[in-house]
Amino acid sequence: MEIDYSKHKQVVVIYPHPDDESFGTAGTVVKFREAGVPVTYLCGTLGEMGRNMGSPFFANRETLPEIRKQELIKACKEIDMDLQMLGYRDKTMEFEDEQKVADDLRQRIEELDASLVITFYPPHAVHPDHNAMGRAAFRAIRDMDAEKRPEVWANAISNGHEEILGSPDIVVDTKTVFQKKLNALKAHKSQIDGMLQKVRKGNEELSEFDLALRHFRYETYHTVNFNE
Amino acid sequence: MESINLNKVQEYLDQWTNKPVYVHVETTNGAYAKHFDANAYNVGAYVRNAQITYTQGKIVEQEGAYRVGLKHEIGWIYAEGLTDFEFNENNQLLMAGHDADGRLMVAMQLSEKPFNY
Repeated sequence: MEIDYSKHKQVVVIYPHPDDESFGTAGTVVKFREAGVPVTYLCGTLGEMGRNMGSPFFANRETLPEIRKQELIKACKEIDMDLQMLGYRDKTMEFEDEQKVADDLRQRIEELDASLVITFYPPHAVHPDHNAMGRAAFRAIRDMDAEKRPEVWANAISNGHEEILGSPDIVVDTKTVFQKKLNALKAHKSQIDGMLQKVRKGNEELSEFDLALRHFRYETYHTVNFNE
Repeated sequence: MESINLNKVQEYLDQWTNKPVYVHVETTNGAYAKHFDANAYNVGAYVRNAQITYTQGKIVEQEGAYRVGLKHEIGWIYAEGLTDFEFNENNQLLMAGHDADGRLMVAMQLSEKPFNY
């Protein structure tokens, strides 16, 4: 399916962690930006509870939040995406008052006048923060007036989700813009270095670009219809 | 952080005996344990800024890893598997256990002032 990126006037991306945007949707964001469409990231937390401290250490529990905040800012610059940090805390999203989170999201979505929201598909998103953020975003959109309601593309990443949801109906091949996606991924140095090392085993002959392309090339979404 | 020095950590623990301090304790095997291994099970616990006054704080070594136990008036706090420590510029004693790839598995931290929240 050919996607007409220019038909949208504003995209809002809603995820809980610095790096969710780079893994899940950075190539799609670049395609929207190249079509002249503004994109804003509402990032829930600073990934304060990340586990990668490096070997040798580059962080500890108390210094990690600022490191990941700077990585997030850099990644958003790489793909020319506006950023709003929502100030929640990593691993605690599901314990917040969901309606309050949804009300805040709805206000921001309405203020930006979004025509498309990209978020996680609950409960098919593995990490409790992913599912909680997706639930709050879905609730925010459900709470909106039907005529103001944006289109919704949701990422499902759990094992076996296709048996329930079917195949994704939007598949973005990011190959032509992959250098920018890779730049965004690499901005999250605290997260990506270990991951690339892990998938490097058995693929020593591949360049970093080709290795990353193999794993992160396609960005897939299920569209969700709230008007039924 | 650097490898735990038992005597140094014991000195830091002793300075706060019978004084109110804030404690951070966590342990985790990550949010993706079950995702990557269907037989695995996600476990974790997290306490940030519980205030306690311990009457005895002690670090014990066994086979290169450390346990720290804090005894207080009405109970205990302890952490196991600690390997590294740092006393930072904010006068916070940070202790953590990491796996071979530098991933945090357990942490215990003490501070006179609350940790950022």
